[in-house]
Amino acid sequence: MAYTKDNNNNNESNRLLAAVDWFTVFIYILLVVAGAVSIYAATTSSTSEVSMFDLDTFAGKQFMWIGLSFVIGFSLLLIDRRLYEAYAYPIYAIMIILLIVTAFVSPNIKGSHSWLKFGSFSIQPAEFTKTATALALAKLFSTYGFQLKGWRTYIVPVGIILLPVLCILLERETGSALVYFSLIFVLYREGMNGFVLFATLCAVTYFVVVLKFAGTLIMGIPLGNFIVLTCIMVVIVLMLLIYCRSLILGRNVTIGYIVCALLAWGLSAIGVHINGYVFFFTVIPLSIIYLLIGMFRDDLNKVLTTVIFAVISIIFMFSVNIVFHHVLAPHQQNRINIALGIEEDLKDKGYNVNQSKIAIGSGGFTGKGFLQGTQTKLNYVPEQHTDFIFCTIGEEQGFIGTSAVLILFLILILRVIAIAERQHTTFGRVYAYCVASILIFHLTINIGMVIGLVPVIGIPLPFFSYGGSSLWGFTILLFILLRIDAVRTEYGTW
Amino acid sequence: MRKDYNLEKRKFIIGGFIVVVVAIYLWKLFDLQIADDKYREIAVSNARSTKITHPSRGQIYDRNGKLVVYNEPAYDLVLVPKDVQEFDTTTMCKILQLKREDFDLLWKNMSDPKKNKNYSATTPQPLVQNLDSTTYGRLQEILYRFPGFDISQRIIRRYNYVAAANILGNIREVNAEDIERDSDNYYIPGDYTGDLGIEKSYEKYLRGVKGKEILIRDATGKIKGRYNDGKDDVAPIAGKDLQMSIDIDLQRFGEKIMRGKRGAIVAIEPSTGEVLALVTSPTYDPSLLVGKDRGKNYSKLVSDPSKPLFDRAIMAAYPPGSTFKPTQGLIFKQEGIIDNNTSYPCYGGYVNKGLKIGCHGHGSPIALQPAIATSCNGYFCWGLYYMLNNKKYGGLEKSFTVWKDYMVSMGYGYKLNIDLPGESRGFIPNYQFYNKMIGEDKWGANSIISIAIGQGEIMSTPLQIANLSATIANRGYYITPHVVKQIRDLGISKEYTEHHRTKINTEYYNDIAGGMRMAVIGGTCKGANLPGLDVCGKTGTVQNPHGRDHSVFMGFAPKDNPKIAICVYVENAGFGAQVAVPLGAMVLERYLRGASDEIENRATKWSDSWLEDAPPVVEQDQMQEDTTTRPSNTKTTASASVPGNDDNSFPVRNLPHENAVIPNKSSSFISRNGIYKG
Repeated sequence: MAYTKDNNNNNESNRLLAAVDWFTVFIYILLVVAGAVSIYAATTSSTSEVSMFDLDTFAGKQFMWIGLSFVIGFSLLLIDRRLYEAYAYPIYAIMIILLIVTAFVSPNIKGSHSWLKFGSFSIQPAEFTKTATALALAKLFSTYGFQLKGWRTYIVPVGIILLPVLCILLERETGSALVYFSLIFVLYREGMNGFVLFATLCAVTYFVVVLKFAGTLIMGIPLGNFIVLTCIMVVIVLMLLIYCRSLILGRNVTIGYIVCALLAWGLSAIGVHINGYVFFFTVIPLSIIYLLIGMFRDDLNKVLTTVIFAVISIIFMFSVNIVFHHVLAPHQQNRINIALGIEEDLKDKGYNVNQSKIAIGSGGFTGKGFLQGTQTKLNYVPEQHTDFIFCTIGEEQGFIGTSAVLILFLILILRVIAIAERQHTTFGRVYAYCVASILIFHLTINIGMVIGLVPVIGIPLPFFSYGGSSLWGFTILLFILLRIDAVRTEYGTW
Repeated sequence: MRKDYNLEKRKFIIGGFIVVVVAIYLWKLFDLQIADDKYREIAVSNARSTKITHPSRGQIYDRNGKLVVYNEPAYDLVLVPKDVQEFDTTTMCKILQLKREDFDLLWKNMSDPKKNKNYSATTPQPLVQNLDSTTYGRLQEILYRFPGFDISQRIIRRYNYVAAANILGNIREVNAEDIERDSDNYYIPGDYTGDLGIEKSYEKYLRGVKGKEILIRDATGKIKGRYNDGKDDVAPIAGKDLQMSIDIDLQRFGEKIMRGKRGAIVAIEPSTGEVLALVTSPTYDPSLLVGKDRGKNYSKLVSDPSKPLFDRAIMAAYPPGSTFKPTQGLIFKQEGIIDNNTSYPCYGGYVNKGLKIGCHGHGSPIALQPAIATSCNGYFCWGLYYMLNNKKYGGLEKSFTVWKDYMVSMGYGYKLNIDLPGESRGFIPNYQFYNKMIGEDKWGANSIISIAIGQGEIMSTPLQIANLSATIANRGYYITPHVVKQIRDLGISKEYTEHHRTKINTEYYNDIAGGMRMAVIGGTCKGANLPGLDVCGKTGTVQNPHGRDHSVFMGFAPKDNPKIAICVYVENAGFGAQVAVPLGAMVLERYLRGASDEIENRATKWSDSWLEDAPPVVEQDQMQEDTTTRPSNTKTTASASVPGNDDNSFPVRNLPHENAVIPNKSSSFISRNGIYKG
């Protein structure tokens, strides 16, 4: 390999460029240009004569950064892929050190200490740490003989993921820290028990439901708890049927649940009202006792897992309220309350989300037209050119614009997953899944927040939001993938 | 390399996750952007700020096109609280001529959202209103040193003449009640509305139509420009100008000669019903109720015991006295109670069944015209006596109702509906009224005979008396008196062109006019005998418990094709011939012959002489006592009549004063001591 590179440098470059996934590059260019135009729309009024490329405007600066991104991206394509693999750990180490240094030297900007200032120029190292972590994780998984088997093997990868989280929490940038939890998808793809992912999903769902429906009572207990307990019953049945593949146990438990439910319903019809907790904590323990007896005739481990899952679910449900009211800070409680629609606080904490929803909702099907948005241009939507940039698209381009952007992102993410699966090396595949996971997280959280489905977590919309650090961070993340992907054929012949 | 195909399937879970998320988001976006319209409206109301643009208020001219009321800009010191930095309060107070405490109080009131409902830190808030021009000039010079401060311009009313305050009225800021009552939803807090006078009665025309400017407002409330380049703006439509029927010079002349007296002068052009002058005295300078001292001046005027805000010309209900006699002559003739040959005896008065109403020296028996000319009490008492007791009616109830209906047809007993607020209806009693007051079947013609000579329960406004004069001048009809000749572009309401015919034939009016002419030539109104002007007149002298008699004159001129009809009512001024006649004569002369130095001098002399000889001022508490605590049904015998030289000197019951409430059905209100039983 080494000598061919020296002799046929030109030749190889041409071959390489031909192998680059231009489809992804095309989507990338669409997204960054649309982003800069949206920034122009968000920050300029229709009467203004200012050019989109005026370097004094946000849009002009963003175009400048886009230009530099192209240079960075092209340069990254020219670097030998083996260097990324070889220097993955040093890069990771340097970035961790940089994060820690930043936490201590950074000035306080809106409560966060995540910016490194160089004169008038400042960068946010956390935006680049994502790439470093992805590289380190890919390097780890590509280590010969490394496999996720047994809990000890999780220590190092989880450590690699959690180290930047801790550093970023030190910088008080909670939003950026949460991104790394998306790498659970990578662990899942690389062999982590799917049950963990399922449990995570259940935990998030239970958390939301318990808080969201805490206000109304049914059968003398909060509606949220009622729904969660019902869910737990459904999950027990589903796990018995699908996970344990025990049709007999599943059927019997189902029949038992239905009989008990009908009994309770019948009693309430004749005026005997049973407290919800009495009902659930009679029925569920009874079913658990039945399962504990029945498991010896069946797959002992799996039924036991089911029982343990049910018990932990119930404990989790009761701990949600305690955690929410005693562990979370008031502003965090507020954000969650607003996202869940529990609090209608339109003047203070909920102002951003409400105005953001007004902006998007007022766009209608076709939008108000380029530069015709009022919500964004009159500053009703805060952070309109950074975290809330999606509002401008919603207001000026309407449903057509928002769905186009969403679908474009969906295509990009699915493309990245496809790229991941066509890699011949574990390094390439793991890195690609890291990219996909990070994009999934940013898209889900940012747009969910803007349309009021997810608590306000200050993270940018990739390629759209204003800011050099964010744009360059995602550009580097993506173009390293493209560089790795461009030589996949080489390994095919290896 | 090794590939785990079992694990590869997990791409579907990961890919499926993001597909589900995107699907949920698309559904939510559909819900926000397409299914729900409310966000569009909220965004519009967020971004648009509608600013009301005020039309200029209509100006007011007199009948000869002289500008009487116009608009002038006024200046307020305003500030945007957010933009105000630390400033030199000492200099500011010095220029505003305010003490520091007063300035601080103004500041506190401005920034207290409870007191200043429109308070916002980002929009201009008024601090000091109605700066005078010197303060304005000095402030302009140093304003640059006070960031956040500005001067805003408003329009205020200005008056070219110190006259006609009672007609013009004034404007004031609307209050909560105005806004609540406003069926057009025109007013918003801070608007001005007419208060009193034609400013009130013609408010709808004067105010015009508001316009609006639609502006773009950002999240902090700052105005960023015009919405849609001002294409959706609506320009205000200026209020309509009014041309009054008032001759402002005549009005001023009338106010001049009434200076120092209490009472009213009403002059009407009989052919049109246009009021030429509507003088009330005492009056006030209309400019007092403009600008920053309005509140202070207004309370001063309200608490002034002479009640300058009370328009005696239309609000005061006085006994008409002898000016009432022509109406009686007309009714008797129309009803055939008398004819040209009828004479009644009057030897020193009306003496019938033990009742005596005094009169004064004149020949007896006497016929209608000389009775008018000499203002004979006896003639009209006998006339009413015979009418009410006439068998043809079949009872007192019917005959009295016939009498009452004639009076109503002549404009008495009800409001004439002049185009000014607050008009009094006067009072004409009906049969039921006396039943209640005296008792059913307990009264007869003699019990109420004094109404024949305009005393007793009869009440009328100077306007109603002038209207009677105009009706006689027109020989039988009147047009509702009005002070506005036309509204620009709209003309005049039909109400003010309609002829109201009385129930009496024209020929009988000729007789009355003849009698009134006789009164001027050789009767009680000799003082009004202006050569060449053919004045017709009738005096009245009304006794009252507050001091001297009220002096009344009613007349018109010339006798044929009359140009002006007039009523002069002067409180506590003595005999009609002494004061009201010469004043009336001056007004007639001034109007018919035009302005001259000679008549102005005469008026000044009158005015001055009166001021030296000012009558005792009636104390306010006494007046109130009269109206509220008058004993009911006290049948005290009044003091004996003192024969006057030319008019009835009739013992009068306690007179309701100008602030009297019109007695309605409550009989207890009026005492009966006006009936003289001898």
